[in-house]
Amino acid sequence: MAEIIKTTCLHANHLALGAQMSPFAGFDMPIQYAGITAEHLAVRQSAGMFDVSHMGEIFIDGPDAERFINHIFTNNISGMPMGKIMYGMMLYPDGGCVDDLLVYREFQPDHYLLVVNAANIDKDYEWMLAQQEGFEVNIDNQSDIWGQVAVQGPLAEKTVIDVLGLDCAAALGFYEYCNALWNGKRLIVSRTGYTGEDGFELYTDQQGTVEIWNRLIEAGIQPCGLGCRDTLRFEAGLPLYGDELSQDISPIEAGLGMFCKLDKAEFIGRESLVAQKELGTEKKLVGIEIQDRAIPRNGYPVELEDGTQIGTVTTGYHSISLDRSICFALVKSEYAALGTPLWIRIRKKTFAGQVVKKRFYQTNYKK
Amino acid sequence: MSKILEGLKYSETHEWVKVEGDIAVIGVSDFAQKEMGDITYVDCPSVDDEFEQGEEFGALESVKASSDLICPVSGTVVEVNDAVVDSPELVNQDAFENWIIKVRMSDASQVDGLMDASAYKSMIGE
Repeated sequence: MAEIIKTTCLHANHLALGAQMSPFAGFDMPIQYAGITAEHLAVRQSAGMFDVSHMGEIFIDGPDAERFINHIFTNNISGMPMGKIMYGMMLYPDGGCVDDLLVYREFQPDHYLLVVNAANIDKDYEWMLAQQEGFEVNIDNQSDIWGQVAVQGPLAEKTVIDVLGLDCAAALGFYEYCNALWNGKRLIVSRTGYTGEDGFELYTDQQGTVEIWNRLIEAGIQPCGLGCRDTLRFEAGLPLYGDELSQDISPIEAGLGMFCKLDKAEFIGRESLVAQKELGTEKKLVGIEIQDRAIPRNGYPVELEDGTQIGTVTTGYHSISLDRSICFALVKSEYAALGTPLWIRIRKKTFAGQVVKKRFYQTNYKK
Repeated sequence: MSKILEGLKYSETHEWVKVEGDIAVIGVSDFAQKEMGDITYVDCPSVDDEFEQGEEFGALESVKASSDLICPVSGTVVEVNDAVVDSPELVNQDAFENWIIKVRMSDASQVDGLMDASAYKSMIGE
């Protein structure tokens, strides 16, 4: 018996739209509808919408909620205002990454929402339960009952206000959210995303999610699959758990040290990160651009001119927005400086390139 | 439904072959280009390169994936279609019009072992 593939509440909608479907993170998900390039450009130029109902929602409350989250989370949530959102990671003691996630401070004391990667929901929930001893908290995995639609692009704000009537969206800054009602049910309007553009992520129950999706489709918003979700996040320099962050790749190695508050009294993995900062790490995540239209892809070797392998590509594309062949790669730290000449082996040939900044695309977040 | 041309031969790896004397004109099927999506790069061999039947002679890259091109017959490359190298999207526009390489066959009988249009059609389930 094969692994059981889950579906989101929008599965029938994807099929009706003729999406090309594929398993991702245990879910049968849309990869593309109109084509990756057209969907990518819709998000960069106007607006696109994504089914991200596969993401996990874990609610934590209780008198020790803040202390508990600060114990398992690299960023510092102390003093975080209600209605704010913070990005960071959960780590193993050795600094390897359990997951990267968002923490939402709710509008009541001691209540938080943690949004985690679909592939890691069960692992994260088990991890949180295993760290719970000594903390008075309730940990409630509600991933199966929430749906989520992301509306992303320069017209995202106008879209959620005009099409969905979510007037509270206008006042939100990036990484802020508000609560609204949809059919009397809670709707979280979150100014966040994974595309490098302004945008919103709308969380509500499954019935509401289907209604919101249909409303946006009727308004002519371009449905977008996971294919362009990856090209968009990649151009914006955002990591994907499994490729740029993992049990074997720490946030320091991934260049995400700014989300790890080492001045915090303690969190799981802190000592390891302090040591990595002091002593340096063996490998580092870099951006590499090659001078050819060939595409460096996950797993391809990164080499020196003499053919010595010094790293591996983690994600790469011929960038749709920039018309450049670029990639993220994990390389030995001594070759991570900007401008370092490196070669990428693509099938039988090698292509010359150099280390460039990881944020390939100038992001357009709401200030 | 993908377009399948009668009179051509097809490989299990979705290349088509059109025989012109001892020359095999080789491209990829309409089914293959649809599966790949927007093709952005064609990795081609050079003229005079020799390939055995079943050997990789290049690759197509779309945004999401790369796919090896497998030589359906043994022979020597006599011509490469520079138009598709310069404009890979031509393969999406018409996969049969826009061939990739021409090979002088070393064993023309290999063509007989390839599928005809109806066999290919049933292989891809259409």
